[in-house]
Amino acid sequence: MKYYIMILCCCIFSWSQSQNCSATLSGKVLDFHDGSPITNATIFIESLNKYTTTDVNGQFSVTALCNAPIVIVVSHLACETKTVNITIEGNTFIDITLEHHIEELNEVQVAGVSNTKVTKTTQESVLKTETIDRFSSLNLGDALKQISGVSSINTGNSIVKPVINGLHSSRIIVMTNGVRLQDQQWGIEHAPNIDLNTAGSINVIKGANALAYGGDAIGGVIILKPSRISLKDSLYGKTIVSGQTNGRGYNANTSLTKTYKKGWYVGAQASVKRFGDFETPDYSLTNSGLNTKGFSVNGGFKTFEKGFNVYYSHLDNEIAILRASHIGNIEDLVNAINSQQPAVIEDFSYDINAPKQDVTHQVFKTEFYKRFKTFGRVDLQYDYQNNQRLEYDIRVGDDRDTPAIDLTLKTHTLKTNVKLDSNSNITYHFGVNAGYQNNFADPKTGVRRLIPDYDKYDLGGFVISNIRLNNSIHMDFGLRYDYNQIDAKKFYLTSRWNERNYDTDFGDLVIDDLGTQLLTNPVFEYSNISASAGMAYQLDTHNSFIFNYGLSNRAPNPSELFSDGLHHSAARIELGDLRLKQETSNRVSGTYNYTKNDLSLNFEAFYNHIKDYIFIEPTGTETTIRGAFPVWSYNQTNAAIYGLDITANYNFNDQWFLKHKSSFTKGKDIGQDQALIDMPSLKTVNSIGYSNLKWLKLKTELQSELVFRQNDYPNNNFEVFIPTTQQTALVDVSTTPPTYHLLHLQSNITLDISKKTNLNIGLNITNVLNTNYRENLNRLRYFADDLGRNIMLQLKLNY
Amino acid sequence: MKKLKQLSLVLLTSIVFTACSNDDDSSNPEPVNEEEVITTLTATLTPVGGGAAIIFEYRDLDGDGPDAPVVSAPALTANTTYNGTLVLLNETVSPAELINEEIEEESNDHQFFYSASNDIATFTYDDVDGNGDPLGLAFTLTTVDADALGTLTITLRHEPSKSADGVADGDITNAGGATDIEAVFPIEIQ
Repeated sequence: MKYYIMILCCCIFSWSQSQNCSATLSGKVLDFHDGSPITNATIFIESLNKYTTTDVNGQFSVTALCNAPIVIVVSHLACETKTVNITIEGNTFIDITLEHHIEELNEVQVAGVSNTKVTKTTQESVLKTETIDRFSSLNLGDALKQISGVSSINTGNSIVKPVINGLHSSRIIVMTNGVRLQDQQWGIEHAPNIDLNTAGSINVIKGANALAYGGDAIGGVIILKPSRISLKDSLYGKTIVSGQTNGRGYNANTSLTKTYKKGWYVGAQASVKRFGDFETPDYSLTNSGLNTKGFSVNGGFKTFEKGFNVYYSHLDNEIAILRASHIGNIEDLVNAINSQQPAVIEDFSYDINAPKQDVTHQVFKTEFYKRFKTFGRVDLQYDYQNNQRLEYDIRVGDDRDTPAIDLTLKTHTLKTNVKLDSNSNITYHFGVNAGYQNNFADPKTGVRRLIPDYDKYDLGGFVISNIRLNNSIHMDFGLRYDYNQIDAKKFYLTSRWNERNYDTDFGDLVIDDLGTQLLTNPVFEYSNISASAGMAYQLDTHNSFIFNYGLSNRAPNPSELFSDGLHHSAARIELGDLRLKQETSNRVSGTYNYTKNDLSLNFEAFYNHIKDYIFIEPTGTETTIRGAFPVWSYNQTNAAIYGLDITANYNFNDQWFLKHKSSFTKGKDIGQDQALIDMPSLKTVNSIGYSNLKWLKLKTELQSELVFRQNDYPNNNFEVFIPTTQQTALVDVSTTPPTYHLLHLQSNITLDISKKTNLNIGLNITNVLNTNYRENLNRLRYFADDLGRNIMLQLKLNY
Repeated sequence: MKKLKQLSLVLLTSIVFTACSNDDDSSNPEPVNEEEVITTLTATLTPVGGGAAIIFEYRDLDGDGPDAPVVSAPALTANTTYNGTLVLLNETVSPAELINEEIEEESNDHQFFYSASNDIATFTYDDVDGNGDPLGLAFTLTTVDADALGTLTITLRHEPSKSADGVADGDITNAGGATDIEAVFPIEIQ
């Protein structure tokens, strides 16, 4: 077919050559962004092998052309080469625009070169593909802990939520492929449902400075981006298979992408994960396995000027929750705390029994963009997410297989962004978004709803400007406004409604009285203003500084407002509060970075003052027929969270290197003048590494992780009468676990199988010494130790 | 052609958006009447050799709500053996649901434990589960001499280890499992 067309072209060409060949092609080559002329661009007419260059005004002309279609290749240093098809019909004039912003080019060119940061003037870190691949069998929260200042709050070892500078849940925005994840914002046991394997890079921005994504991220923004698409005819992919001893499980992930030079691309990815009961050094963690299946497809068209993308992902996570953590009342909790051993220890099994979670998350996204000459880029995106969350408690009788929580959360978002970058010294970025969310709690559970049915409407808009004063100073200013409305339908027990004095304050919310229960219709509206200002200053080639200020407001989320009832796996009664107000965060931060030769140092300090900080704390006990339960209530106070994150790297020579990471976070409840609950401990990670390109590209690293006891915690312990022993017992829910130290080893080699294929073999051993430990921010620390030694072998095939 | 594709994409997007956002209806959600809640425990104690039955009741009508349980326990007669039976109800639903049936069906996974402070009474099991281990829906209670005060605690454990040391004799110490009921009655022996 190709030859046929060529022959045909030749025929046409030779025919046209016999025609009049005195036409002149003249034209101008201009910068795409600001319309300025491009001097010294090369104009090459392929078919005639003719060259010329543009003059000072960007103009060129070529004479003695025949009336025929021709192909011109226009190129210039630091510009993307452009090919233009044109038909000569007499004297012809043409304007050609070239794109010459190197940074922007990175976005459209070959993958894996450098991972650009999203912001210039904020505390931001990037995890690259290589690091993400290493965590292929784990989850987002585990991978992010590689960044200083990021820790995690856990329910066991499979439900892991990232904590940035002491803040988590709805204080953090998680963006996956441009979509704001809707499912991780409620409690500690709602971990982000993301398959880490769909990400090519992950950016973590500390503080609410990425106003393009939302104004309520008091803690920070996590941005997962897919691998870049290269504009060439290519077919490439990656398969990762790993097996590990702890949990006796495996993980497999495979992806394949087909790209075309013209800009079309299509890709698919799938992963499976299966683990049985994990183990501590001394015993098996009965019912702690995991079963995950996910896939995603991605396709579209991409050039510098325009493109579109359609994306769908599906993830099904079935996660067992430690059997011993399901307890009946406060006495069981006291026994669990005092015995230091799980109440149930059985032999290893792959079975996932109650208590467990089964969460299915689907994302559909479509996006398109177009650039306009001397103006900028316009994006339009629609996304839909469906989150189906089933949580199974241990139940009896006919309800044995009925979930205790059955939530369907649907979210639609439409957003448009405009980037004005025609002036490279000052760019503007603005956009608006509108969203609708519906939560449906299925009454078939036979358990009163933890989160009520509600509709939520969001409307937001932002403006960000980036100013480059000179080569060493960059400044960012941003302003954002958000409006949210929650329209909920919530049943309250009449006794609870009266006990909270809602009957006097919120009497008009009641729309139906069922005797023991009241149906209420709370409608809350919130207006949030957020702003950020930042400056990056490059003092000289070695020293640079970043200063940043961020203001943000976060509206209370439905769990903080409406929670009411017994939370089984936590054995506590959780109470929300309809009176909660928005919290307001004022965060200032400073970063100092030093890079010289083989040494790099990075210090990040922050101070975050949060007015009306919302937190949950023990406030007493209530007695039911099952016995007494601790009551945890949502409360507000003025809080200050501050700290320092340090990263340092030193290369002795080409082979040996040292790495250091420390983070220190303090949280203070200013209102009650005491420590804040649930703050991460002081942690320092030091590693020594060796790499040698000659030895099959060997890379090896020994890591020491030292986590100090959290000495600053509020004393929320209380005493309770235990009927079976006829004694008063102290319920020690506050005392933190002791300091622990872990050693980890990782190493890998790469074998080149063919020109385009390589095999990477990795060996990772975590907790090499099989140390017993408990982590302060693991909610199951009352019931069992954390994981013992794990040996993992990973094979990664790049093709 | 490309323009057409983009146009159709926008069109598709807007159709999806409008189509999907209309899935809420304004009708009210159904109330949930909790099925597994046990609100009421009654122990009927019939003196061996005749006499009026004494009824202990532990009642918490709002389940996991804030209201404390209401407890009634008439005085017991000294040096008497009573045949006891338990009735468990969920009174949040109408008519009240009898929970006994569920416990009998899953008797292997349940066991009641009885304990009294100040040694004011002793207990024996009067029934067994499917494996011949004690269950405790039926029991006997024997009181001591007159003028004694103390508490009687009835505990229902879910998935206890019935084979653990002492559990078959009614000692809860090694039973493990999760607590479904823990009812405490102040007792006077007359």
